[in-house]
Amino acid sequence: MKDLLFAYILRLADDAAILGQRLGEWCGHAPTLEEDIGLANVALDHIGQARALYSYAGEVEGKGRDEDQLCFLRKEREFSNCLLVEQPNGDFAETIARQFFFSAFMLPFWEKMKASKDETLAAIAAKAEKEAAYHLRHSAEWVIRLGDGTEESRERMQDAIELLWPFTGELFEADDTVKVLVAEGVAVDPASIRDEWRETVGKVFGQATLEMPEEGWAQTGGRSGMHTEHFGHLLTEMQYMQRAYPGLKW
Amino acid sequence: MASLAENQGKTQSLRDKAWAVAAKVVDPEIPVLTLEDLGVLRDVRVADDGAIEVDITPTYVGCPAMGIFTMDLETELAKAGFDNVRVKTVLSPAWTTDWISAKAREKLREYGIAPPEGKASRRALFGDETVTCPRCGSENTEKISEFGSTACKALWKCRDCAEPFDYFKCI
Repeated sequence: MKDLLFAYILRLADDAAILGQRLGEWCGHAPTLEEDIGLANVALDHIGQARALYSYAGEVEGKGRDEDQLCFLRKEREFSNCLLVEQPNGDFAETIARQFFFSAFMLPFWEKMKASKDETLAAIAAKAEKEAAYHLRHSAEWVIRLGDGTEESRERMQDAIELLWPFTGELFEADDTVKVLVAEGVAVDPASIRDEWRETVGKVFGQATLEMPEEGWAQTGGRSGMHTEHFGHLLTEMQYMQRAYPGLKW
Repeated sequence: MASLAENQGKTQSLRDKAWAVAAKVVDPEIPVLTLEDLGVLRDVRVADDGAIEVDITPTYVGCPAMGIFTMDLETELAKAGFDNVRVKTVLSPAWTTDWISAKAREKLREYGIAPPEGKASRRALFGDETVTCPRCGSENTEKISEFGSTACKALWKCRDCAEPFDYFKCI
């Protein structure tokens, strides 16, 4: 049971850390100063969540690994984040689509996690929920602004949605780890979020005059360490300092 | 030999003294507010080993000021003669802007930051908020960005006096 809990906390931490890293890449490059600050702020929230989750994962594991070791010294195949969060930033529309799909999932996810029998996960959820609500609002407003904007912004937004859509199915995947922990009242059953997620996405796409892609083939593998080609490159950058200077502290 | 009551009294006064010191530490980003004003300071205790334990809670989990809070608390308590201090971060119950006192809201406004308006709640998309300009008091204001100079603030502008200002987000 301890192993399963460790694995579960770790995938939540990996999701948050990797998305935080991706968003951080925009720092100094975003289309406007306000969005530069905005994306960095969202990144900071995700990194904060990741730190709390990694620290807790380390405690549960009980082998003395801390947040830094778990984030910076694990190899590609040991990471269990979903594939959506590791996708490259692309243009601004792709970043926004990725954030919107993820936040629309995480808001109801953290809401339900507040009722977890695991007190630490419930406490982290109560903090993260407020942040996810803000991220959803920020990204949804951009989806609408771009979708219902100029011909070009609409086309780019629609392209971004089509590109990332196959990665959304993985959010709802429940493997044995999830199933056992759901039965224990610790984990959130992702299937219970599907309707709300579809409703949020549908409503925002409607307002944005964007088309909802059809349900179809979903690319998965992240939870078991099978990542897309972009992931190794992300890790080399993210882990560079700890690899080059082992034990480095600020 | 000191009686149990005397010992308890001593612990209590030690705790009160430590609380008074901790309560004066200010937010490095908003130096008019103390950690107590913000609701970030949750508890001060005297542990069994005589150490002072301080609980603080983050406004946002990724708030970079938490490290500074810890350092400043340790420094100020050391100056007051408390050598053995442990600062702990607690997440539950989750901080909300409702914890900022009325007095602290007024201090924020005087400092030029619009205090959070209303109760913290889950807001709708493009929700209509009215934020009052901290300088001229006009309600004729507009949002420039959901994100401002720190994680806890958004950027607004007054249409009447034309001043941009920070708004302490309501969460």
